[in-house]
Amino acid sequence: MSSFQPPADRIWWNVPVGKQEIVWTGIALVWCLIMFFMMPYWHVYGKQNLSTEAYQTNAEKYTEAVEAFVAEYQTGVDEQSGIPIVTPPAGSDIYMLGRLWQWYPIIELEKGQSYRLHLSSIDWQHGFSLQPVNINLQVVPGYEMVINVAPDTSGEFTVVCNEYCGIGHHTMLGKIYVK
Amino acid sequence: MAQFRVCPDSGFYFDKSAESLMKVNAVAGVVFLLIAGLLALGVILTRWQEVHLLPADLFYQVLTAHGINALIFWVIFFEMAVLYFASSTLLRTRLAAPRWAWAGFALMIIGAVMNNIAVLQGNSSVMMTSYVPMQAAPHFYLGLILFAVGALIGCFVFLGTLVIAKDDNTYDGSIPLVVFGALTATIIAIFTIASGAIILVPTFLWSIGYINHIDAEMYRIIWWALGHSSQQINVAAHVSIWYLITGILFGARPMSEKVSRFAFLLYIFFLQLASAHHILVDPGVSSEWKIFNTSYAMYLAVLASMIHGLTVPGAMEVAQRSKGYTKGLFEWLRKAPWGNPTFSGFFFALIIFGFIGGITGVVMGTEQINLIIHNTIYVPAHFHATVAVGTTLTFMALTYLLIPVLFRRALFLPWMAKLQPYVFSLGMTIMILFLLGAGTLGVSRRHWDMDFTGAALSFDYPGTAYMMMAVGAIGGVLGIVGGAMFLIVTVGSLLFGKKLEPSAGLFQGFCGIPLADSVYDVEQPPRLERAAPAEHHVDGFEAPGTFVLALALLVCFVVYYAINWDYLASVWPMG
Repeated sequence: MSSFQPPADRIWWNVPVGKQEIVWTGIALVWCLIMFFMMPYWHVYGKQNLSTEAYQTNAEKYTEAVEAFVAEYQTGVDEQSGIPIVTPPAGSDIYMLGRLWQWYPIIELEKGQSYRLHLSSIDWQHGFSLQPVNINLQVVPGYEMVINVAPDTSGEFTVVCNEYCGIGHHTMLGKIYVK
Repeated sequence: MAQFRVCPDSGFYFDKSAESLMKVNAVAGVVFLLIAGLLALGVILTRWQEVHLLPADLFYQVLTAHGINALIFWVIFFEMAVLYFASSTLLRTRLAAPRWAWAGFALMIIGAVMNNIAVLQGNSSVMMTSYVPMQAAPHFYLGLILFAVGALIGCFVFLGTLVIAKDDNTYDGSIPLVVFGALTATIIAIFTIASGAIILVPTFLWSIGYINHIDAEMYRIIWWALGHSSQQINVAAHVSIWYLITGILFGARPMSEKVSRFAFLLYIFFLQLASAHHILVDPGVSSEWKIFNTSYAMYLAVLASMIHGLTVPGAMEVAQRSKGYTKGLFEWLRKAPWGNPTFSGFFFALIIFGFIGGITGVVMGTEQINLIIHNTIYVPAHFHATVAVGTTLTFMALTYLLIPVLFRRALFLPWMAKLQPYVFSLGMTIMILFLLGAGTLGVSRRHWDMDFTGAALSFDYPGTAYMMMAVGAIGGVLGIVGGAMFLIVTVGSLLFGKKLEPSAGLFQGFCGIPLADSVYDVEQPPRLERAAPAEHHVDGFEAPGTFVLALALLVCFVVYYAINWDYLASVWPMG
């Protein structure tokens, strides 16, 4: 009489299934398919999709690209941290580098403009967590990720590192300003 | 030579060597649960910003050990006991290769201790995931590898035992549903351990200098075939135990053997794809790969869980109704044995796993929605609903049954056992819900200080986030109290519980009388017969109350899913 005995019918797969199970399985399957098709739907009609553009890189190569970016568009230095502030033109390629334990450089963007944000790490894995908008990306050394991003709110935004990266992990902050 | 004993209360036959192996594995599991629980206190009291108990280095060390002991050692030791029970005891057969099983157990103990020593020494605070290129000590990886090899031996002993049972004709017809579920767990476990070997063996070689580079992204993808899949062993195991518990407590039979087994089959085919949940915001992975894998092909493993969600309580409802609890939609549930911790533990595990763990898991595993959840404290909140309540509370509920049946002891402090599932579920639910909230506000997981003390720049989380972390921590402490109650009852029962005489009665075990030790006087148990034939009701709704519960789950699911898409639509456009 139970779940831990062999089935009553030797040919149990021929026993008809109750209406209740059939109805519920049908409802559940429809819901599963809706959830599945939501993802491709969002790729077509939604605005928040992660680009899959990525390149293999290494610490030297990526540092060089970031330094060239800073040299070209630097407009100031953050007094508190000494990190350069960079103001790139709308629509350009912008770079952010994760390392123990800072996000480099500080970037100023224009609201409503689109940018190609390059992200990589030159040491361990880091987590790019943009607050308070709450966009979260994994930053993996050896991989340069390129995301098209178009800030539609202005103000001061903080990049919190949300992948554990050693003892100074909690001090790893970065800034993006949107005007 | 007689090597079986029969439990007079449950009617289960125990093979002597299988029984000893079940005991040692269950006890080892509980010891690692004790360690994990103590460490949990350090984690939660540090994340409670107003208390902020541990310094940073100790926090990360404790967090690493907590994760590994709870998510790997506790559950897998216990699962080994479950596998031996499901094969040898349920099929009334001797265990295959008990010496190998002991060797496997020894390897698991050596591995678990070695890994804990590595973490304790302080140079392996790399979190459970040990993402490269951050490096742990070589014996950190070696411990995990030895543990996995031991567990793999256990899996093959389980499979061998099925073969022996078939050869010796110890049962009639097909294997019971619970054994089928355990077989599902075993197949998933073998896949998991193979993935673990593929990534951990090279990582170990890298840590001793034989390999000079491990690609960080490749590590992530393969490691998660171990990391997430190991939790899918739990799902298959605890769903099987749910069927077992409803069978033992209510004499429930599956509503449909075909439907329940089909659902387990879907687990075998699709559940493993979920390791993609961790890769959704990683560089260099295509959207097609993400969509196919994160949705378990087309949410076919979610379909399986939704089927079990109907058929587990449904089987119980049908059994209760046949006993006359037919009033209204829910008399069968109201009149359930709520004072029996095996029942209350099972039922809370089912509800919290489904309503919180399942729904949050699917939502955050949606390709785009993961952008607003990845690596926030929402993630640990989710897996505490699935593993720390769904699996752990199910194993606790089963333990209350095993203490009289397997260990032949009366429960120590039965009033505490009775309360334990309530305290544990309440505390954990509070913690989970508030940490889900904090995660939605962007609070990071694996983070020592949400004040960012000493950072060159500054950032303030909203006050609500602090409040949610504090309330969540209070819930967590209550959950730890519930865990401690479980440990007091189990350890107390083994040390001080009265020995049960052969006919003490399964659930009167609460006030048993001391008597002799187990007697192995059965040469060969009688063959396990097929369940008695039952009428098939194919037209009506046999379990209307369960159907209403299932619809309630669906409504919560749909609403919460929609809310999260709406939230996603409010963040910066990306493409």
